[in-house]
Amino acid sequence: MIRILLPFLSLILSFHSVLAQEDLLSLIDEEETTELVTASFKTNRIINLASLENTAKGVMDFKINHRFGFLNSGPGQAFGLDNATIRLGLDYGLSDRLMIGIGRSSFEKTIDGYAKLKLLRQSTGKRTMPFSVLLHASTAIRTIPFQNPDRENFFSSRLFHTGQIIIGRKFSEGLTLQIAPTLVHFNLVPTAEDKHDIYSVAGGGRVKLTKRLALNAEYIYVFPDQLAPGYRNSVAIGFDIETGGHVFQLHFTNSTSMIEKGFIAETTGDFFAGDIHFGFNVSRVFTIKSYNKKAK
Amino acid sequence: MKQQIINTLSILCIFSMSLNAQKYFTKEGTISFYSETPVENIEATNYKAVSIFDVESGAIEWSALIKAFSFEKALMQEHFNENYMESSKYPKAKFKGVIQNIADVDFTKDGTYALKVSGSLEIHGVSQNIENEATFVIFEGAIRGVSNIQVKVRDYDIDIPSVVADKIAETVDIKITADYQEFKK
Repeated sequence: MIRILLPFLSLILSFHSVLAQEDLLSLIDEEETTELVTASFKTNRIINLASLENTAKGVMDFKINHRFGFLNSGPGQAFGLDNATIRLGLDYGLSDRLMIGIGRSSFEKTIDGYAKLKLLRQSTGKRTMPFSVLLHASTAIRTIPFQNPDRENFFSSRLFHTGQIIIGRKFSEGLTLQIAPTLVHFNLVPTAEDKHDIYSVAGGGRVKLTKRLALNAEYIYVFPDQLAPGYRNSVAIGFDIETGGHVFQLHFTNSTSMIEKGFIAETTGDFFAGDIHFGFNVSRVFTIKSYNKKAK
Repeated sequence: MKQQIINTLSILCIFSMSLNAQKYFTKEGTISFYSETPVENIEATNYKAVSIFDVESGAIEWSALIKAFSFEKALMQEHFNENYMESSKYPKAKFKGVIQNIADVDFTKDGTYALKVSGSLEIHGVSQNIENEATFVIFEGAIRGVSNIQVKVRDYDIDIPSVVADKIAETVDIKITADYQEFKK
């Protein structure tokens, strides 16, 4: 009896021991970790709008943004290429959650500064967070002379404030969407009929076409009866092209300004009538402080 | 008949021994890699690699989360995960193999033991059979495993576009260190 069983027994046992060796790692319980979702956008702007990505901690991002004239300005103006407004900016990541930035726009000689804070960060694993929530606040200072110098003018009349709550999610490698209820405040408005507070909702997203190329689009819906006639909602569509340390954003938009108060509340171009600016943002990052080197 | 029963029992014994054979493991293995080119040097380290080996059979396994590699520059880390390793698609690098001369190692005696390791290394979803040298340093009961591997980026279908080809080495040096602890179930 044993004689018959022996080969089977040893076969079963040896099979068993082979199995036991097959999966040594499964013996170790791996602690589940929380993984933050990264790279929802290539850079901290979708096009004009602030994206849900911040500049990384210790990294400085130098921005060179251009908007040429309207495409429909005709061949005499080289279809807008003869005119350009520019914003030069510097962004810096103070921490994993907080970034700040400053910039100067040639349009109305405006200086702006902003801060963006990640309140909630989309994550998977141990602690799952389905979306990211950010607070974004910016202030712009218009430095051109006051239109009416005879009146008593205050410094505060030069200021414009914008507050935004950005809620977004990277749905997949290929798709990221965000929505941002926004308030723009004008300290001084041209006429008594103009509103000081402009409420809007900004939507934006990207579709990643290849590893280094993405299609971005954004639209800002300003609630009705707030803007003076002639102002329109801002729309923009373009591509992100990433090459190592640079991100090139090439796009078409009806907004001339590259700061919130301008593109949200002062867009005059009619996109579908050809009032379209070709524009680009160039982003170049520099690592100022390295935190990761000695991670242990 | 009696003899056969003894035989059976002794075989049973051996197998049950090998089933419960002593194992050593770590959850804090270190894996560093270095890519050196005249243009740019890139290095990254993962301090949370998991490894386990079996004293009896010599079976050894490693596993490392790609996202746990930390770089000097945040952008390098993003590109490493997004563009090269595609870590959301292939979250882990794994090694499964055998220390062929495990029998030569006397775990009770201090010393340095040269090992021959062979097995299958999986990176970026591609498995390659490799053979490599490694060392166990045993000192007062503590076991440290050390190995250096050279990996050809192309062997693992990692796509490097020509614009950055001069910044990323074709062969990457990988250094592995593990301080093993006894595994108790």
